[in-house]
Amino acid sequence: MKQQRRILLKAGMAAGTLAVAASANLLTPGRVLAAWPKDAFTAKKLPIAQEALLGKETATNSDAIKVKAPDIAENGAVVSVTVNTTLPAVESISIFVPVNAFPLSASYDMSSVTDGFITGRFKLGKTTDVVAIVKSNGKLYTAKKPVKVTLGGCGG
Amino acid sequence: MANKMKIRAFAEKGKTTVKAIIFHPMETGLRKDKKTGKTIPPHYITEVNCMHNGKTVLKCNWGPGVSKNPFVSFRFSGAKTGDDFKITWVDNTGKTGESTSKIG
Repeated sequence: MKQQRRILLKAGMAAGTLAVAASANLLTPGRVLAAWPKDAFTAKKLPIAQEALLGKETATNSDAIKVKAPDIAENGAVVSVTVNTTLPAVESISIFVPVNAFPLSASYDMSSVTDGFITGRFKLGKTTDVVAIVKSNGKLYTAKKPVKVTLGGCGG
Repeated sequence: MANKMKIRAFAEKGKTTVKAIIFHPMETGLRKDKKTGKTIPPHYITEVNCMHNGKTVLKCNWGPGVSKNPFVSFRFSGAKTGDDFKITWVDNTGKTGESTSKIG
């Protein structure tokens, strides 16, 4: 008899925890969470990540995009990268590091008032090209910059 | 520590430059703890919303390839000194953080 009471109590507690978890989920912005392109960020090859994020279209090389990064990075864990573009109506700027386990590092969705300019700090596993893909007027443009890494930034 | 963030936003000639650092471990999920040999679980920011007077001007989608204590800088037009500037973020474990600053 006593045993059953214990089980009931436990069940009640578990249900309580679930209810708390559910309400916590409701509080986080679900719409925003759903928008995060999981397939693109978990893809292990650059072309697959690019397709998942930006569609099948191939990106053309463009001189209007400048990728600024150090020639030699002593510490691959923190590499400052700036992407500057003069292309009109920039919709998004994505930054890829092809040698990383997950090549897509970051993707920035621009609004109509935002300039084609972004700076961030990224991890570079080893010596590689940093690839920027800019979506402008529905078309894809790309530019890259080689960076020599003396100490890797991913894993250890 | 979860909500620590530094925002600097200043307007000049109609353009506002924003610089922000969010303090976050940004674990990839691939690193191993040197003492125990166990994999450290992934913990990284996935989404960042930068808002000027409640309107999103930049949305960042981040993966584990972004450095620890991520930094972001960008420029936008249409804001003036004294306007509200807010940044919110969500990480892969569902944790959130936000910070508001005035444009200087």
